Amino acid sequence: MQRNPQLNEHGELQHLLSIEGLPREILLKILDTAESFAGVTERDIKKVPLLRGKSVFNLFFEGSTRTRTTFEIAAKRLSADVINLNVAVSSTSKGESLLDTVANLSAMQADIFVVRHGSSGAPYLVARHVKPHEHVINAGDGRHAHPTQGLLDLYTIRHYKKDFGALTVAIVGDVLHSRVARSLIHGLTTLGVPEVRVIGPQTLIPAGAAALGVRVCHSMREGLKGADVVVMLRLQNERMSGALLPSAQEFNKHYGMTAEKLALAKADAIVMHPGPMNRGVEIDSAVADGPHSVILPQVTFGIAVRMAVMSMVAGGG
Amino acid sequence: MASLPDAEQLCERLARELAARVGPSCAMIGIHTGGAWVAERLHAALGLKEPLGLLDIAFYRDDYTKQGLAKDPKRSKIPFAVEGKDLLLVDDVLHTGRTVRAAINELFDYGRPASIVLVVLAERDGRQLPICAQHAGARIEVPAGMRLRLKRDDQGRLRLEFVHAA
Repeated sequence: MQRNPQLNEHGELQHLLSIEGLPREILLKILDTAESFAGVTERDIKKVPLLRGKSVFNLFFEGSTRTRTTFEIAAKRLSADVINLNVAVSSTSKGESLLDTVANLSAMQADIFVVRHGSSGAPYLVARHVKPHEHVINAGDGRHAHPTQGLLDLYTIRHYKKDFGALTVAIVGDVLHSRVARSLIHGLTTLGVPEVRVIGPQTLIPAGAAALGVRVCHSMREGLKGADVVVMLRLQNERMSGALLPSAQEFNKHYGMTAEKLALAKADAIVMHPGPMNRGVEIDSAVADGPHSVILPQVTFGIAVRMAVMSMVAGGG
Repeated sequence: MASLPDAEQLCERLARELAARVGPSCAMIGIHTGGAWVAERLHAALGLKEPLGLLDIAFYRDDYTKQGLAKDPKRSKIPFAVEGKDLLLVDDVLHTGRTVRAAINELFDYGRPASIVLVVLAERDGRQLPICAQHAGARIEVPAGMRLRLKRDDQGRLRLEFVHAA
């Protein structure tokens, strides 16, 4: 059997490439470790010396502000040195290959590569070619995975709902293009959430969704009923090609989250969104800024989760 | 093998010894996990005004690059301002001194205490750093190849025992 490329020979986390295929114990250890780091982020001095002398390269082949910034803050709070490369506008545009870029950074003594790439699988390719002491963290690859976002979503859910074992989680919107949804679904099923639903128009739900262990719903009325957690996805305008949707307005009418539709979920339901939000498209301001919203706490938790992942991969799990 | 002293009695003795030290700016911090157990006992016995603080030094260890992150890091919780306090830092066994070094480093990321006094249930030989305890319940000879551990049973009673070093 081929070894899981994310784990070392002792079964410890070596790279974080995808939530899919990670054992439950590792997911729980990441969440528990993040919980300890959350304590650090509440102090006046929000820094611990764990990664002193290590270099973290943020390698973003695709634009991002929030994810890159939270990785940078997480690395700095671990005392690592952080180098941000906006590769989209540098070497690649001069024709350098992905592996050549990585080899050059490796020659500059990198320890961790945080990679975002438009092509699914790019971080796997990097992970196969780095040296044994170098670690790769996937910060989003194509439509495939965004494991740290999935992990911070899991952290947020556990923070507010404590136990995964009795939850109904509804994921709403453009599931087809969403690496966030894919990562979260794998996490939720691994941690034993009994009911995961995806809600969206047929054109935005991947064909094999049911095989992931989720219930596919095409109406909000059906999908939101009794939900403890509602995860809104961004309508990915820039990924939308062809006639998947009549219009953003039409989408909003049927699948946009309003206070009225949210009333279908449980009274204490939480509403999450990975950002950036399209207000008035997939989510109304009354919900985004309302009492059920935990969208900004998600961002804060994301720092502790990324600290946990970096300290676990760099410390051999 | 020599019999080990009773950990509960050592706690009582330490509490009597520490009573003289307790002043208005005094606060206590226990180091996870054994030190926290001892600190719970001492804190209750001394009736300190500030709630007990708990420290997990996992993020300050000096063997991270060799050992990685500790198995189960807990969240440090210090529910009072460290600045200006006279701290009683409590651990179960003082051995190499590296845990105490890490704990002091972490404490200074919370503030500047007026003083820190080290209180341990038991001390043994093997110091690798210039660290000593101001209050030690007992000094214990540990046979080669063994470690001294504090255990807590189902009833919450504390007990010292020798275990084979890994």
